[in-house]
Formats: sequence, C-alpha cells, structure tokens
Amino acid sequence: MDQLKDKLESSFIIFENELNGQAKTPIHKVRQKAFKTFEEKGFPTKRDEEWKYTNLKPILKHDYRIFQRSENVIDFKDVKKFFLSDMDTYKLVFVDGIFSSWLSETTHDRFDICTFNSMMSKAPEVVEEYFNKALPSEESLAAINTAFAREGAFIRVKKGQTVDKPVEIIFFTTRQDKEVMIQPRNLIIVEENAEVQIVERHQSLSEFPVLTNSATEIFAQKSSRLFYYKVQNDNLDASLIDTTSVVQQERSNVSIGTFSFGNKFVRNNLDIFLKGEHTETHLDGITIIGDGQLVDHHTLVDHKIPNCSSNELYKGIYDGSAHGVFNGKVMVHPHAQKTNAFQENNNILLTDKASIDTKPQLEIYADDVQCSHGCTIGQLDEEALFYLQSRGIPEKEGTALLLYAFANDGLRNVKIQELRKKLNKQIAQKLGVNLDFEL
Amino acid sequence: MLKINNLHAGIDGTEILKGINLEVKAGEVHAIMGPNGSGKSTLSAIIAGREEYEVSQGRMDFEGEDIMDLAPEERAHKGIFLSFQYPIEIPGVTVTNFLKTAINETRKAQGMDPMPANEMLKKMRDKMSLLEMDKGFLSRSLNDGFSGGEKKRNEIFQMAMLEPKLAILDETDSGLDIDALRVVANGVNKLRNKDNAVILITHYQRLLDYIVPDVVHVLHKGKIVKSGDKNLALKLEEKGYDWLKEEASTL
Repeated sequence: MDQLKDKLESSFIIFENELNGQAKTPIHKVRQKAFKTFEEKGFPTKRDEEWKYTNLKPILKHDYRIFQRSENVIDFKDVKKFFLSDMDTYKLVFVDGIFSSWLSETTHDRFDICTFNSMMSKAPEVVEEYFNKALPSEESLAAINTAFAREGAFIRVKKGQTVDKPVEIIFFTTRQDKEVMIQPRNLIIVEENAEVQIVERHQSLSEFPVLTNSATEIFAQKSSRLFYYKVQNDNLDASLIDTTSVVQQERSNVSIGTFSFGNKFVRNNLDIFLKGEHTETHLDGITIIGDGQLVDHHTLVDHKIPNCSSNELYKGIYDGSAHGVFNGKVMVHPHAQKTNAFQENNNILLTDKASIDTKPQLEIYADDVQCSHGCTIGQLDEEALFYLQSRGIPEKEGTALLLYAFANDGLRNVKIQELRKKLNKQIAQKLGVNLDFEL
Repeated sequence: MLKINNLHAGIDGTEILKGINLEVKAGEVHAIMGPNGSGKSTLSAIIAGREEYEVSQGRMDFEGEDIMDLAPEERAHKGIFLSFQYPIEIPGVTVTNFLKTAINETRKAQGMDPMPANEMLKKMRDKMSLLEMDKGFLSRSLNDGFSGGEKKRNEIFQMAMLEPKLAILDETDSGLDIDALRVVANGVNKLRNKDNAVILITHYQRLLDYIVPDVVHVLHKGKIVKSGDKNLALKLEEKGYDWLKEEASTL
C-alpha cells in the first residue's frame, strides 16, 4: 500500500516535469490540489466507514506500472466481440490508457465525441469550466485520478441535439509483461434538451493484474436525457475502481445501469447530485459473480431540491465464495419536499460461502416525501425449481431460468436492443447455461 | 402404466403416506378424493418426484420401470405431468419461452432435435383455441399476475403442449368458476386417448361431472380406504366423508 503511494508520489513529479508549459494552467492547479488530498489521506482502509466491508489492500500490493506507452497495436477483429458489433456506433477506444484513433470513430459535427486530452489543448476553457466540479473532492481515489487526469472520453452534446447512435467507450489494457495501473478520466456534458446513450467498458487483454482507477464526471443540463451503461465483465486478474459523479439540472432524466459479471474486484462509487427541480434518476444494477470475486456498489442520491424523483434497483446473485457489498445512500434535505425516492436491493446467495453486506441508508429531513427502501437476501426458491423440473427443464437450466427471472428487471432501462442482447448472453453465460431463447 | 406398491413417505420425520397401493392403466381416469390433510397432494408431488419428501418404503413403477430414483425432469421426460394446485409465478419468463424450453429440453432428453419454430407456434395456437385462451397469454410472464382461473388454464395448456402419458391434476378445479371449469374439463377430455391416463386429485364431485372417472379412490390418513366406480364420488358428495372415516376407524 505504502509502496504504491510512494510510487504515485514520485510518478507525480515526473508527470509534472513532462507537462512543460502546461504545468501552470488552471487545470493543473486542480490536479496539484487533488494530489495533496491524496498525499494527506492516503488510500482508504477498512477503518474508513465507507470501506468497512471492502478490503482494498490486496489489490494495492502489486508493483503497477503507472505510465503507459502505446506499444501494442490491436486488430479490430480480435476485439470485435467487446463492441456492440451488430450496430453502428461512435467509438472512443483507448489502449493502455492512450487514445487509439485507429479503432475509434469520433465526431465534432453536431456534438463533440472526442478525447479529454484533445479537448484540453483545443478548448481548455470548456474543460476548466467542468473539470473536477462534480467529483467529491475529499475522496482519495478520485483525487489520484484527478491528479493524473490526462486522457479519457470527452463527450459534449450541444443544445437540442440527440446523438444519432450510441457512443462506446472502451479501455483496453494489453501489457503482457507487467502489472499496470490506468486512470481514465471522462467528462460528459449533455446540454439543454440534448440526448445521448453511452456504453462504457474496461477490458484487459493481459494475464497480468490490471488496476483501473476510473473517474467520470457527468453534467446533465436542463431537460437533457442521458442513458449510461457500464459493462463490467473484465477478466479475473483485473480490478476496477469506478467513481462516477452526476450533476443533474432541472427536468433532466438520467439513467445509469451497472452490470457486473467479471473482474476480481470492483468498487463503484456512484453519486448523483440533484441541482434542479423535476429531475428523474434511475439507477439499476445486476451483479452476478462467483468464486474469489468482489463487487461493491456505493451509491448516493442527494436530494437537495424539491420535486425530484429517484428510483434505484440493484439485483445480485452470488455463487462460490463471492462477496457483494451494497451501500445505498439517499439524502433528502430539509427543503427537498415532494421527493420521491425508492430503493431496492435484492440478493440471492447460492452457497454458504457467498456473502453480501447490504446497507440501505436513507436520511430524510423533509416531511412531505415518499421514500421507501427494501433489501432482501434469499436462496433459490426450491418449489419454483421443482415446478420447472416437473415440466422437463433440468435442474441446472431451471436454476438459471429462475436466477434470470430474478435478475432481469435490472435490464428494464436498457434502451439499446443490441446491448440488451449482449447482456442477456453474458448473463446466460455467467449462469452456465445455453438457453435457447432471447432472455 | 403407473404401479404403486405399499408406498410409505413423509416429511421431516412425520409419516404422511402409510402404505399406498395404486395401479393406473393406459386409457383410464382415476380420481383421488379425500378430506384435507389426507395426503392427496403429497402423493401427487411424490409421483412427480419432489425431493423433499422421504420415501421410507414401497415401490413405484412407471411403464414397468422403477422411477423412485429419477429426478423430476427425468420423470417429465418419460411422460409424467403434474398440474399444480398453486402454480408458481415466474416474472420475467414468458409463457412462450418457458414452453419452448420445456418442450425442447424434453425432446433433447428423448434424442430429438428442437421443434421448429413454426411448428411450435402452430401447436401453441391450436392448443390455445382448444382451451379458449387469448393469444396475448403467450407473451405474458409465467403466471405472474394471473388470476386463479388463468393459472389453472395455463397448467392445462402446458399439459396440452407437453402431451404427457400420465397427467396428475392436483385440485385443478379449485378457483375455477363453472364456465372455466367446463372449458378446462373439455380440454382434458379432448386430450384423452387410449394410450394416456389421468389422475384427478379433488375434493369435490363437481369436476367429475365433466371428466368421468373409471375409478374413484378415497384417501384418508395416508391410506386408500375405499375404491369404487364413479358412484362412490356421488355418494361422497351426498354423505360427506364422515361415514368413511368411521368405517376406516373400525377397520
């Protein structure tokens, strides 16, 4: 842990030296401040309330390479399966943290779909206006990301525009000889009455441990619509820490789906800050993991303003020695009357070794609100399984069918058909069955 | 077709069935009647292979083969079907997808290829019209939000699709109004032939007006205390079970 901290500290000095003229920009001032936060706080430990159930230590012990070079070229046909292959999309592809124009399809036509780095040189004032304005400044993992922020996706949908096809953001890691740490930084701005659909994934092509410490800031302006899907199905040597903060203005509608099937370790920090009235927020998640995997969802919906509604549904299936964490915070501040806030976290444990720590946390300081939460932990319904078996469906397929039925409403806000299909397939695969129908 | 010999079974150490003997031949309809708690549903669940019951004694053969150690799905593949008293709701899985999976898993077990989609669809349509069902049914989630009557109708629809050799209908009549009962019974009658058999588990004579049994058994305290023809059911309707209980206790 300390070793990685030392390494990041020395890396930051190198990073600053390499910036040359850019070291005095406002953006870099933000970086420096963030780095200070990290230096003071260090990595979180299990003593921190927010990390009580999740031990970060094992994933910090590796000697990660901090700076990447683009050494490996990827052939599209080898990675095609990680894309929504049967449809046309905009693509922002990064290989070992570096933008691959070869694999990407960008645009500056009616909207900007490009990279954080290019935007910093082309229109620094735009980046400055939003950079680090949404992320929690005291959180040390987000702070390291901010300190090293240089590359990632930049998407700005201008007023009234609807992006005509989904945007895929994919970060590949390819190093075959060394553990790597990458820190993508994404900035998404959906202007007034604009709309976009985004799919994000991180994919290691290496057998070495990869630590991705990703941070995304999203600004959903007045009456905008954003659909954001995170596909977390990386290989079992990869770890992901994802911090995503969303600021929603009046009448905006934001839907975020997090689908976690892979990785050795995943920590999602998803914070929604409501800054205007009549917003709508949907947070959905499906987690299906097995032996040796951990997925931790921390969410916050911050109702500061009246007349907003949020709806959260997280489903989890844990097999083998899998460990799940769900901590869903909903804050309803004194002035936030007429808030509608619903939260549900349902879990199935398939073995005695699997575990889930679930903690709904509703703090309500307004009196004229409708809020509810529920969490369940259960096992597979034996009677339902018998019902399926009595119709000729074998135990294994029947189990999968029931688990699918349990989880599938987590897909309710997935509007991209191709993605739905893909997720269905991944779920079936994860459940170890080949079901004949479109689930 | 089905031959049960001296079957003793229970759950959590409590014996529910205390020596059942039953033989059902192809082409026959048997009714099993009896008061609440007599073991009717236990018997039907054990025939279908529900694993939580412990069988302590006895033998159960289906078409000459001991089926006691077979999993529920293996029994289904051999042609045993149980219509549930309380069908399970499975949100998120449509009736179509459920049936497709059930039929094709059964075909797979029998070494057949999956049923072609158009054939499947046609069969579904035919069987639905037999049971006077709306075709919107197919795209609904299995039993999810169905009324009691719709659930029962759906059970018989599944039976019609799976074409079992032995169908056990556990209280299919409960929760059905008279019109629905007529439709369901009519469906069952149309599906009968000389090669299949039906076991009706019921409290009441009502269903037997529509599906006429060859043999009526009365189950009491885990034993078949009386068997007879359809007139036995009429007598039960008229006199209740008490006279039989008395008779049984004097045995």
